[in-house]
Amino acid sequence: MVTLNSFLVLGALVFCIGLFGALSKRNAVAILMSIEIMLNAVNITLVAYASAFQSFAGAGHGERLTGQIFAIFIITVAAAEAAVALAMIIAIYRRRSTIDVGQINLMRW
Amino acid sequence: MSLNIATVAFYVIAIVLVGSSLAVVMLRNIVHAALFLAVVFGAAAGVYVLLNAEFIAIVQVLIYAGAVTILVLFAIMLTQNAMSRTSSPFSGQAWLAAIISVALAAGLIFTVGSSQMALASPNASANLANAINGGGTVARIGQLLYSPFDYSYVLPFEIASVVLLVAIIGAIVIGREE
Repeated sequence: MVTLNSFLVLGALVFCIGLFGALSKRNAVAILMSIEIMLNAVNITLVAYASAFQSFAGAGHGERLTGQIFAIFIITVAAAEAAVALAMIIAIYRRRSTIDVGQINLMRW
Repeated sequence: MSLNIATVAFYVIAIVLVGSSLAVVMLRNIVHAALFLAVVFGAAAGVYVLLNAEFIAIVQVLIYAGAVTILVLFAIMLTQNAMSRTSSPFSGQAWLAAIISVALAAGLIFTVGSSQMALASPNASANLANAINGGGTVARIGQLLYSPFDYSYVLPFEIASVVLLVAIIGAIVIGREE
């Protein structure tokens, strides 16, 4: 039996795996990959809720698919974020010859 | 014990998704991690197909598995000598990150298990993953995104295109050689 809870637990697990990667990796590209995993987990949760509300009698015409619309916008913003972040990583590498986030400490307090 | 094909597909996809996410996070070789990232995106597309969201699944394959994976591989190629392959890929605070992540996962799963919202939702007790839904949702998504008269998201959609334009120009400006 696959219920809404199954998808929510799956999204939570994948989100926390991505969170661990984003907090613990040293390579900036690996951190970006972990952030993409986290965004995917959020999308799974939103689409699961949209699917659960599709047969909800009280919802209006537009409200049933709001989760999927949100997922589309998250995918759009994630693509823009990936492009800008990778350009920044390449610019940092060109200037400092490293992408180890432990050594990029110009703004460290 | 009802074991239909959607249930089997969900568990297979879930195991692939969690396993390849762990591979992305744990592998030392960043190129292998990027290739497992493509597996993560494909498995997420499978989850969307199970949830009757075929448009999101196609967009996921096109943008994530197609574009973002190639972008990440290009960044790895352009910065390939930046990290030594012998040192650990994790920083010194990895144990703290592990504690935070496990605590958050436990909290989230406990919350989902005891949530009124999840339990009282209409399909919480029904089988959510059934592929036969009678017609797709693509037409309704198109009406929601583009219709200028009806209840729609046409203004956020236009703002999203401006965001993409700014991202394109910003990526060129930041990544350009002086």
